[in-house]
Amino acid sequence: MSMRTPLARVRGYGSAKSGAHHWWAQRLSAIALVPLVLWFVASLATVATADYATAVSWIGSPWNSALLVVMIGAIFYHAQLGMQVVFEDYVSTHWLQVASIIVVRFLAILLAAVSIIAVLRTAWGS
Amino acid sequence: MGNSDRPLSPHLQIYKPQLTATLSIFHRATGVFLVIGTLLLVYWLTSLAGGAESYGQAQAFFGSMFGRLILLAWVFALFYHLCNGIRHLFWDMGVGFEISTVYASGKLVIVAAVALTLITFAMAYTMQGGAV
Repeated sequence: MSMRTPLARVRGYGSAKSGAHHWWAQRLSAIALVPLVLWFVASLATVATADYATAVSWIGSPWNSALLVVMIGAIFYHAQLGMQVVFEDYVSTHWLQVASIIVVRFLAILLAAVSIIAVLRTAWGS
Repeated sequence: MGNSDRPLSPHLQIYKPQLTATLSIFHRATGVFLVIGTLLLVYWLTSLAGGAESYGQAQAFFGSMFGRLILLAWVFALFYHLCNGIRHLFWDMGVGFEISTVYASGKLVIVAAVALTLITFAMAYTMQGGAV
């Protein structure tokens, strides 16, 4: 019989052997994305997409480029966490489930890196 | 093991569709759709980094009929996932679990997502004369 409390056990284990970390990370990135995404869509709809010079000068502002970089990080982190749950729920072949999670995680890191570099190159005039 | 022979519960083919279940699976569907949609964001940013010419090509794509349809679907999926995500955050705090509240918040999410999508496109068209 284990002397550990249920709370102590759930913190370290569960089916993913990671306690509540995934759940918390998904919520934290979701909370961050609420204002970031609203700001991004409102900006896109008004100033950012007008023409090349306007878009470049919009990204060139330190606040806009910083917010974009943070948003890109939060988007791909949140996306990869969400896709992991989808694969865990619907892909019953174990090796395929693990492979899918790994591929999507790597892709998310790659696309985030490409996006952030694109923002910085635009902001700094390549 | 024979796991695949077991009956599914709820039995989806005969289970009566309900707003709650429909909105729940739609949250997932829009989430997956938005992950694919991040490719649009990557395309837009890399075209901008590539210079005026590649940015012009991206603008032409987003301005085409197909591009506008994709953007419409993307913006709606985004606002639905965002609004329903906020609904989930309230549930995470233990708020809004009464059946009547769950239905009311579900309907509010649909109305808010449609309204925010319309506002976004109204803003885009009035500010730029249909450049998006």
